[in-house]
Amino acid sequence: MTWTSIFIAGILTYFTRMSMVTLIRKEMISDNLRKILNYVPSVVFPSIIFPGVLLDDFGAFVTISDPKIFGAITALIIGFFTRNVILTIVSGLSSYWVVIFVF
Amino acid sequence: MRSKYEIFKIGIKDVAPHLLSVFPFGIIFGAIGIELGFSPLFTYATSLIIFGGASQIVFLQLLSGGASSLIAITSVGVINSRHFLYGAVLSEYLQKLSLIKKLLISYFIVDQGFAVSNQYFKKNPTEEFNHYHLIGSGIILWFIWQVSTIMGIYLGSIVPEELGLKFAIPLTFIAIIVNELRKFDHVLVMLVSGLAATFFYNAPFKTYIIISPLIGLFAAMIINKLKK
Repeated sequence: MTWTSIFIAGILTYFTRMSMVTLIRKEMISDNLRKILNYVPSVVFPSIIFPGVLLDDFGAFVTISDPKIFGAITALIIGFFTRNVILTIVSGLSSYWVVIFVF
Repeated sequence: MRSKYEIFKIGIKDVAPHLLSVFPFGIIFGAIGIELGFSPLFTYATSLIIFGGASQIVFLQLLSGGASSLIAITSVGVINSRHFLYGAVLSEYLQKLSLIKKLLISYFIVDQGFAVSNQYFKKNPTEEFNHYHLIGSGIILWFIWQVSTIMGIYLGSIVPEELGLKFAIPLTFIAIIVNELRKFDHVLVMLVSGLAATFFYNAPFKTYIIISPLIGLFAAMIINKLKK
């Protein structure tokens, strides 16, 4: 039963990946729609980032002094100025660890 | 004009920094699967068949918590529904491919690969073989995800929980969006969708993950109307 559910979940996930790629033709995308689709990364990723930083594992707000907040702000600043993926991740993680292990 | 192989390698190179977060996350996932009481084969099968990080954790957590298969499957579908948006964006660049190629490439569409390849496509819209970028980024992400899941399954929690490496996931996404932080309209749209996600976080079936981007896109539409 559970094996069946892996396969169904897999097929469903695959469907989310292939449907638009195979169904949409260029003519279907107006200039306006293309402009809006430009924002897809800017709407999807913050939807994962914000709860990941602001909420704990149980969905409750963390406090303002939470290491995740400090780590995220550091990563944002470093990322903004360097635009370097490794520096962004490493600076975020290390500042997060500093708060956890040093203070 | 770059060759297929060159573009494939650029795809790998562009996504490589993100492996820094994907790799530990895979180990954590493998270890969680075993901790929750699933067999190595079952845990690994989700990485091969579903191949969607966060959705796999939710799937196993729900099943082990006694939820019905229907609830577990629905949650996976909802969490992964963001791929519809990725597919819509990518369709334009993959349009010229045969159906079979589209079907094969689709399996490799994941967050980080979509993000870096979409950036490449926007800069090089006319490259004949630019889909090889997506193949490169997708295959390396796939490979690392499979390997790290297996490592987590057999080595268990070699990543100490105190390190809080789950936090690497929001960080990898922060590294993606920093490119747009200089555009005021994008920042506004990010705030709208991020706050919406925080607000709707406890909505059933993890629907926040698709509701909030849609709210964000709606905000983007309004912003574009006002700009005219």
